[in-house]
Amino acid sequence: MKISSKKFDLDDVEISWCPGCGNYSALKVMKEALTDLEIEPHELVLVSGIGQAGKFPHFIKAQSYNGLHGRYLSAALGIKASNPELIVIAVSGDGCTLSEGGNHFLHTIRYNPDIVNVLHNNQVYGLTKGQASPTSQLGFKTKVQVFGVINEPFNALAVAISLNASFVARAFVGDIDKTKDILKEAINHKGYALVDLLCPCVTFNRVNTFQWYKENSFYLDEAHDPLDRMKAMELALDTNKLALGILYKNPSRRPYSENVRVYNEDKRPLYQRDLDKKKFNQLLESFK
Amino acid sequence: MVNIDMRKDDISIVLCGAAGQGVQTVETLLTKTLKKSGFFVFATREYMSRVRGGVNSTTIRVSSKSVRAFVDRIDILIPLSEEALPHLKERISPQTLIIGEKRFIEVLPNLKGEKIEIPFEELSQHIGGKIYSNIIALGAIMRLFKADNKVLHGLLSENFKSKGETIIENNIKAANKGYETADDLLKNHIFKGEFEIDRVPEVANDYIIDGRQAIGLGAIAGGCNFACFYPMAPSTGIGTFLAQHALEFGMIVDQSEDEISVINKALGASYAGARVFISTAGGGFSLMSEGISLAGMTELPLVVVVGMRPGPATGMPTRTCQEDIDLVLYAGAGFFPKVIFAPGSIEDAFNLTQKAFNITQKYHVPVFILPDQYLIDSYYNINTLNIDALEINKNLIKTDPSYERYRFTDSGISPRGVPGYGNGLVDADSHTHNECGEITEDPIIRKRTVQKRFKKLGLLRKAAIPPEFIGSKNFKYLIISWGSNYYLIKEALEKLSRDDVAFLSFKQIYPVHSSVFEYLIKAEVKIAIEQNPTGQFAKLLENETHINMNHRILKHSGYTFSVEEIFEKLKKIIEGDENI
Repeated sequence: MKISSKKFDLDDVEISWCPGCGNYSALKVMKEALTDLEIEPHELVLVSGIGQAGKFPHFIKAQSYNGLHGRYLSAALGIKASNPELIVIAVSGDGCTLSEGGNHFLHTIRYNPDIVNVLHNNQVYGLTKGQASPTSQLGFKTKVQVFGVINEPFNALAVAISLNASFVARAFVGDIDKTKDILKEAINHKGYALVDLLCPCVTFNRVNTFQWYKENSFYLDEAHDPLDRMKAMELALDTNKLALGILYKNPSRRPYSENVRVYNEDKRPLYQRDLDKKKFNQLLESFK
Repeated sequence: MVNIDMRKDDISIVLCGAAGQGVQTVETLLTKTLKKSGFFVFATREYMSRVRGGVNSTTIRVSSKSVRAFVDRIDILIPLSEEALPHLKERISPQTLIIGEKRFIEVLPNLKGEKIEIPFEELSQHIGGKIYSNIIALGAIMRLFKADNKVLHGLLSENFKSKGETIIENNIKAANKGYETADDLLKNHIFKGEFEIDRVPEVANDYIIDGRQAIGLGAIAGGCNFACFYPMAPSTGIGTFLAQHALEFGMIVDQSEDEISVINKALGASYAGARVFISTAGGGFSLMSEGISLAGMTELPLVVVVGMRPGPATGMPTRTCQEDIDLVLYAGAGFFPKVIFAPGSIEDAFNLTQKAFNITQKYHVPVFILPDQYLIDSYYNINTLNIDALEINKNLIKTDPSYERYRFTDSGISPRGVPGYGNGLVDADSHTHNECGEITEDPIIRKRTVQKRFKKLGLLRKAAIPPEFIGSKNFKYLIISWGSNYYLIKEALEKLSRDDVAFLSFKQIYPVHSSVFEYLIKAEVKIAIEQNPTGQFAKLLENETHINMNHRILKHSGYTFSVEEIFEKLKKIIEGDENI
């Protein structure tokens, strides 16, 4: 029996994506994954930046933080660090994550906060109407890149594996069931979990269509060992045929909220804590 | 025999050498020993932006009464390198006693000032080498003040505890050697340099706290539990201080990849209910500007320290100025209310930082604290920091399913919930949003959100800290200043000793308290004193009150005003005015 994912639906919300946008499937699959994992809307914080994917939190019932373009991973890290009891899912596009927020992407991986990072990757800018994104293919023509893209595409998965990200996966919204499984694994993972979600833009990217992704991807089979970092890197670097599934996992990395030690003895989130005046007075005495 | 007219109750000692020579250790031990011996002490540093070499100096004042300002005057100078005398020549007078190695004191043969050679390095050879020469100098100074040798021995033992018994013993030997050498010089009448400063026994129990520690302590006392920064002078030490006490107080202290991440992490943490604190300087703050406007839009509490150093761009990293009011006042796209504090004392640095946390939690606006390098790097003994009376206001409500984060209220303040406390939903959005935080482009809602922000500015204006008035009510001349000029001006006015000159000092820069009108209207001559090239605060007051200043005393060399400098400039203005 299928449990209804209606608890994540918002009343009276007008979804502003184009008809046929890959984001609709992404939204559906997210709601279903959350429902399967028996997560309640108030336990979940959805964090996003700016872009079409950045609107995600507005179309799903949850705690939400829709911050600045490129900065959402820093915000997500701050939220999770301050209250580890919250489930934090950070969603934004390839432009927000890898261009405006490139530096935060790199460093968030180093921190390893226990968050899921769903990177909606459509290889084009949607909100600003069709310019190239950092993941656009070489030669991809737009009104700005009139002779085609000349800059090497940003390989988010290879970068994440090189930084020893603790969970690195790729999924394709054209396949709801498998994407849901990957998302659920990402949510259950303790540490930073990157899901590069191939999510076609039907308006501005006529090259990398649903059909194109289907033809240019394949699922990793059971023979793939996600603990094998070199193999994972090899798969990530192969952009001719895009590997789908969990490429890499490093279970030995501890999440940031454990590394900072403030929760070792006191599990309470920061908002519940108070100043220890006795300790403060002791500290003050040391200045005599 | 060297004969110097010793100021009996107020001595200024300057130590000057290269970075990495251990001057700071001597300075700390010196001020602590003198304080514990019952003297009032003050110290401030000026230093180059380098880790080794160059030339840096520390000015220490020792007195029987409270002294809290930088003076140009040098009574005792201990040069520790060849560069010392050329560096300080403008401050050396015939009354300056210069004590040290022959090769350091004879650099400028024509320099006025009395020179006494003590071969610290040679003396140190009998103890264990050159590294002890600074402690010998320290012992010699202690003798001049007849400071308690036991106190110094105790501090040396504590300071070198981790280095082992032999090192402690050698340091005590070195201090004694210095003490004895100075004693011999005095007994043999080589010079007359013994000070008879009255001791105030209660001072021994005072705290010695510098600007960065006061701000750090204020943050802890404000309930800070999430602090984030990227290293940048002059504010780095605040983050370092908090990091060292992080576990003790359950704080997360994070050094982030850049200032953009700093402010966005902080706002995320604030959204989740942490009490957040970030510190930077002008350049780093420029990167935060977008995040500041996010704080304005999302109404998330945030405390920001902007340590001031001269710009533009990298400017002079380790020098001082007061030129970031405009930067902070206008930071961030669009209109939103904010509060700006500027501490004038160590106590202010503590109290204002602590208060900033409560203000931001109450009004949900960013609160800024603007210390300058001079204040951050200065310290003196203070009697008390009373924290028992301090309150920590969280102003959080438990949410239910009907909760709306941005509900329109009469006051403009919407009750604040945080995710996880209750089962309601808390939304934060960088877009213009409706009461529950959803994106909107409705012109009526947009107007109401602007009104909401105006209402809060009005409340903040009413809650502003009034300026402190110092002087006689029958003033003709009114000095207007802010921040760390406080004690410099106070001491200059004591020297000026006129009952027609008063001083209005601001520790809240914005919004300005309404009492400013009556003072400005009453004053015949208004003199603004600031350490920036345009008079940024004067301009702000002129804009707010439409009353113009008559004079501006401005300094923008990167080095603080001295008491003497302010005294001279004020005297000139007032005498000039009287001759008209």
